Amino acid sequence: MSSIKTHTFDAVIVGAGGAGLMAALYASKGAKVAVLSKLYPTRSHTGAAQGGISAALGNLEEDRWEWHAYDTVKGSDYLADQDAVDILCQEAIETVIELEHMGLPFDRLPNGKISQRRFGGHTNNETGKPVMRACHAADRTGHMILQTLYQQCIKNEVTFFDEFHVVDLIRVDNTVRGVIAIEIATGEFHIFHSKAVLFATGGWGRCWEVTSNAHSLTGDGAVVCLRRGIPLEDMEFFQFHPTGIYKLGILITEGVRGEGGVLLNDKGERFMERYAPTIKDLASRDVVSRAIYLEIKAGRGIGGKNYVHLDVTPETVNKYLAEAGETRRIDRAYIEAKLPDIADFTRTYLGVDPVKEPMPVQPTAHYAMGGIPTNVDGCVVIDANNTVLPGLYAAGEVACVSVHGANRLGTNSLVDLVVFGRRAGRHMAEYCQGADLLPLPEGAADEVVAEFERIRNNKGGVKPYELRKRMQHTMTENVGVFRTEETLSTALTELRELRQAYQDVEIDDKGKRFNTDLLEAWELGCLLEIAEVTAVSALARKESRGGHARDDFPKRNDEEWLKHTLCHKEGDSYRLDYKPVVIGRYQPKERVY
Amino acid sequence: MQVQLRIRRFNPEKDEKPWWGEYTLDNVNPNDSVLDLLHRVKWEIDGTLTLRRSCAHGVCGSDAMRINGANALACKTLVARLIKEGATQARIQVEPILGLPVVKDLVVDMEPFFEHYKSVKPYFINNSPPPENGRERLQSPEDRARYDDTTKCILCAACTTSCPSFWADGRYVGPAAIVQAHRFIFDSRDEGYAERLKVVGDTFGVWRCRTVFNCTNACPREIEVTKAIAEVKRALTTGKV
Repeated sequence: MSSIKTHTFDAVIVGAGGAGLMAALYASKGAKVAVLSKLYPTRSHTGAAQGGISAALGNLEEDRWEWHAYDTVKGSDYLADQDAVDILCQEAIETVIELEHMGLPFDRLPNGKISQRRFGGHTNNETGKPVMRACHAADRTGHMILQTLYQQCIKNEVTFFDEFHVVDLIRVDNTVRGVIAIEIATGEFHIFHSKAVLFATGGWGRCWEVTSNAHSLTGDGAVVCLRRGIPLEDMEFFQFHPTGIYKLGILITEGVRGEGGVLLNDKGERFMERYAPTIKDLASRDVVSRAIYLEIKAGRGIGGKNYVHLDVTPETVNKYLAEAGETRRIDRAYIEAKLPDIADFTRTYLGVDPVKEPMPVQPTAHYAMGGIPTNVDGCVVIDANNTVLPGLYAAGEVACVSVHGANRLGTNSLVDLVVFGRRAGRHMAEYCQGADLLPLPEGAADEVVAEFERIRNNKGGVKPYELRKRMQHTMTENVGVFRTEETLSTALTELRELRQAYQDVEIDDKGKRFNTDLLEAWELGCLLEIAEVTAVSALARKESRGGHARDDFPKRNDEEWLKHTLCHKEGDSYRLDYKPVVIGRYQPKERVY
Repeated sequence: MQVQLRIRRFNPEKDEKPWWGEYTLDNVNPNDSVLDLLHRVKWEIDGTLTLRRSCAHGVCGSDAMRINGANALACKTLVARLIKEGATQARIQVEPILGLPVVKDLVVDMEPFFEHYKSVKPYFINNSPPPENGRERLQSPEDRARYDDTTKCILCAACTTSCPSFWADGRYVGPAAIVQAHRFIFDSRDEGYAERLKVVGDTFGVWRCRTVFNCTNACPREIEVTKAIAEVKRALTTGKV
């Protein structure tokens, strides 16, 4: 394998979304860094984030980072590590200001400060009422963050390898030596030899049928690590966002409800009043998704079907604002200014004008709370004692710090990206200054090259697409908003069959250049593996907490389950083990909205 | 309904020149997007079909292509918008965007496009110290509104590769790069306008624009691209932003 091209850097960053780019900006201040991404950086899914990034700036009303922290812990159903949450919420403030200083075009208030709005689960802790904490740029906040960070990377001459797909991690015992990547345009393998590696590859929503996630979100980074002996933490917790466009799954931001929009069932009833009497439609996402599911189950979906209405028409919003005794009123121009993209989506894909009629919505697979376990500096930890694997880092959705615990609050994904992307980048630069470049092992790329050649030349007659469809179906039916021992066991049986069938996958494109047939087939292997880890972790957790709702164990059980799951891959099977949650100021108590 | 999909194909490892692939798809729903149809071809009929795509709802900018002769994002173009209402059959033609070298099938080499983008210094320049209170720089909603339209750009290249001036001479920076320059030139906080105006005022800058409006029509984000170019031209002539 001496013909493989080798590049040498201090640090390699895999993924060029918000976390990867923020880490790149900071790491490149003290180290020679390469950013590898299977997409052009601006195609990353951070760009699809809509509603906002929370920080207790208090630009419109009193707010404190401690309130943000409490809301995050409560939202997490007490599974978040509270030391990490404190950092998240404290540093959110300076990081949002830093983004503004980088030129990010936030919406502004008449006094020139950054505009903020309400979002699910974010409250004034004294009154329990929603607080305006989400800093935003219309409903394209993620787009602005991604663009701004990429612009800064250009300004600072960060080195990019665009459309380089990372397919393996080079680990020797407890050291990291780099990664293997395929240059998509040529199909050639490259070795990136480095002292440190950071994964910022995002989530795996494509395990499910209806998802807000891009086609590219196939869990590659997490699976590459898993296959090299890194456990995955809290994989049973996957968030279903309550408002995806019916059947398509495209995200409709919680900002719609932040601006006053309400969820209505077939009877026109604002059903969230029953499930969350205090903050109603702005309860946290797991609560709202379950409520929608229960309404549908009770036959109150629109026309008896499996969706409800999200209504942001001025008529409806103003009626409820008046009922709540608020003086604020909204009109068409306000919706067009604050929610232009979601108006565009529903007009384009449904022919529905949200100014005039309600939008049909259903829960959509959205966000992985779990992932590669890290400490608060983005260093990957590999066991229940939080032992660091030196030189290996993760940040963003693929990582599990854990600040989201069992359920993430809206806007906190963007906070997570920039706060922990920055910390990881900083730490990595320091690490590289003190670390040696360890030699590459013999034949570092052999194993993954062989696997790709196997897929390329395999003759089994099974189309990857058929397996993907079956996986997405079973995950949706059996590992969705509600689970039971029975559904999870059914899913596991089927996923194991699919894993077998994967050995017979046959592709059409045997070429080298831009072979997306081959790469998609490899990604399918990642999806199948991560789906199984999710089901295995979910089957074991015999309680309901946050995004993991077990019909057969409907209560949270702190005595036995106030702990993080760690799932290790051992040969062809998985071993579970657990580690304690870091509790700080907030003792677990019943969660009521 | 039934769709006859005609796709411009080219595999550099096999083909000497491009050819047209013809695919018949039954049971197409008019609400399917062109990306859905391309996926059906790739997944069910011929896995060698090659294209870029990611978000599938018009925000990542991966799948700009020429659909029935006009640039658009495949994921944002529904079959319904390409046919007469109630039609039971349709022909749809898909080609790679023009003016950039074809890598394979619908995939083009984006490097020249991104080189033009980088040439306009597409990043915030402000060397004055930020406010001493450690907070945000202030900007009025009116000042923020001046460049709102051009912040929407997703760098899909639909505008630049629809522009006859760009087809004629690939050295022209093109509409997308000017949109990016506009986003900073008209940002009251930015101090780099002199450097940027030098680039866009150059031989291969805004004066190559012949106001054909193809770019505005092609933009999937509905940015008024031609208007933005005109505003940059005016800034160059008057020296004022």
